Amino acid sequence: MTALLPSPETIAALVKIGLLVGGLMTAAAYLVLVERWIAAWVQDRRGPNRVGIPLTKIRLFGLGQPLADGLKIIFKEDFTPRHVDKVLYNAAPLALLTASLAIFAAIPFGSVLPPLNIPGLPDPVPFLVAPGLDVGVLWVFALSSIAVYGVLLGGWASNNKYGFLGGLRSSAQLVAYEIPLGLGLLGVVLAAGSLQLDIIMNKQAETGLWYVFAQPLGFVVFLIASFAEAARLPFDLPEAEQELVGGYHTEYAGIKLLLFLVSEFLHMVTAAFLIVIMFLGGWHFWGITGSTQEVTWVGAFLRFGILSAKIFAVILFFMVVRWSWPRFRFDQLMNLAWKVMLPLGLLNLVVVATIEEFRPALQSALGNSLTTGVAVGVPWIIFFGGLICAGMLTPSSTDNRPIRTRDPFDQERHLEKDEPMNKPSSELVEA
Amino acid sequence: MKPSDPGITWIDDKPLGLAERLYVPLLVQGLATTSRHLVSKKNTVNFPEQRPAIGNPLIYRGVHRLNRDENDRVKCVACFLCATACPAHCIDIVATESPWEDREKYPESFQIDELRCIFCGMCEEACPVDAIELTSLLDLTGKSREEMIFDKEKLLSVYDMTKDAEPMKSADLGGTL
Repeated sequence: MTALLPSPETIAALVKIGLLVGGLMTAAAYLVLVERWIAAWVQDRRGPNRVGIPLTKIRLFGLGQPLADGLKIIFKEDFTPRHVDKVLYNAAPLALLTASLAIFAAIPFGSVLPPLNIPGLPDPVPFLVAPGLDVGVLWVFALSSIAVYGVLLGGWASNNKYGFLGGLRSSAQLVAYEIPLGLGLLGVVLAAGSLQLDIIMNKQAETGLWYVFAQPLGFVVFLIASFAEAARLPFDLPEAEQELVGGYHTEYAGIKLLLFLVSEFLHMVTAAFLIVIMFLGGWHFWGITGSTQEVTWVGAFLRFGILSAKIFAVILFFMVVRWSWPRFRFDQLMNLAWKVMLPLGLLNLVVVATIEEFRPALQSALGNSLTTGVAVGVPWIIFFGGLICAGMLTPSSTDNRPIRTRDPFDQERHLEKDEPMNKPSSELVEA
Repeated sequence: MKPSDPGITWIDDKPLGLAERLYVPLLVQGLATTSRHLVSKKNTVNFPEQRPAIGNPLIYRGVHRLNRDENDRVKCVACFLCATACPAHCIDIVATESPWEDREKYPESFQIDELRCIFCGMCEEACPVDAIELTSLLDLTGKSREEMIFDKEKLLSVYDMTKDAEPMKSADLGGTL
């Protein structure tokens, strides 16, 4: 009889899933509002500030906007064009959203709860749906690759040139940027010695040295690659409005479009989670949170709050960047991925591996504090050196000047076939 | 103009400096610009609660009004100059003999189709007695076309509504009053 009842562990997992999915969906809805605010403020506008509590005149700075937006898009006609592949067309948004949500099974959203002493439930309860998942980071990466599959399917099944181009761009971009993303991650995995994200966080908390300080190059590579993974500006080529209408979701409307848009925001949230957990110390903050696994109730929620605040800050950064930097051209995007990010990621990996290899030897020779100094100083020197090398060797600028040859319809053109292309201006004027 | 035209002065871009080639300093510059705008003063007016600042209300060209004289009679003498000047033909006057001694005619009805009006202000300029004027009311709305045809009473009521905020312009603007 007792076998039929769910175990306390199952119940705990279900409660966590409920909280996480509910929280994430609400967060995604409100992030749309934040995004619109930031967009407006950057452009010296006020942004949505009218919608408040429904059926009253209370405005609440526009906090009712997500509800209105959601209702609007849900009640729109769910139109399916006749020329699409029906099965794949319907499956694509579902695949994308499922993958985007399932990623969070391996992502911790806090530290641990204090001991609850419930029989059958191992204490302490971590803020993590699937605790002790050895392949945590691999799970995250595998599922974010499946999320790309949703984008591709959507673009392909739409049977529309813009959707198709969006899907193609998306695949090429994500293949290119998975590599620097993985390289940035490998440095952290090497240093922490684990693929579990909660252990990576705990390691940073124990030493108090966030990996952003120990591996600046890895951080920058990972940050840029996660912008590309989340298809945010300046890497939003899969849905560049000016060129591709809506990109891969051109043919979608109503609630399916909503699923795509929510997944996009979830991508950004995932990227922010990973950046914070792997490089910015997760729930740890010096002098506030402590660094061990023993917590009080206050401490547990303080850690959750600090993690959330850090994630929100990273998301704000994502949003401000959107209005700061222009979009890359596709060749520049590839240039950056293969000629700049890949070598820099490899450089970071080599540096971290070398330091980790010689750390015991250094510790016995120099003592603890001096070893930490070396382990932080050397990567920073390499960081600046690497950036300068990358900048000098592979500039991502191209010669866009108009070709100054003669008019192609010029009658006398054939007389001067030998004229070189693109003479310097001084010579051209003399001629 | 052909690309080879000697009249074209070709200007070469400056070669990229170290900061441009490193790219990162320029990214920081871009972020600094947006962050400055993020907190800067917003220019948008919260319209229904907050009225936009219009320049000089005395010369603003908004909704029309028909002025009254000191005896509260309509000032208009039904000379048809405004209707003649109107390029949109939106003024319709029916004149009749005046019951008062100081003028021959007065408008029995005076209608302005606010939907046809282009708010050019030529009626105001044409008026010899400064009877018709444009106020600074700018948010004119209505639910039907009929509602937007303003008759004499409505135009006089616009005067009653705005006379305190906007005195008759004649004295200030060299009118004939």
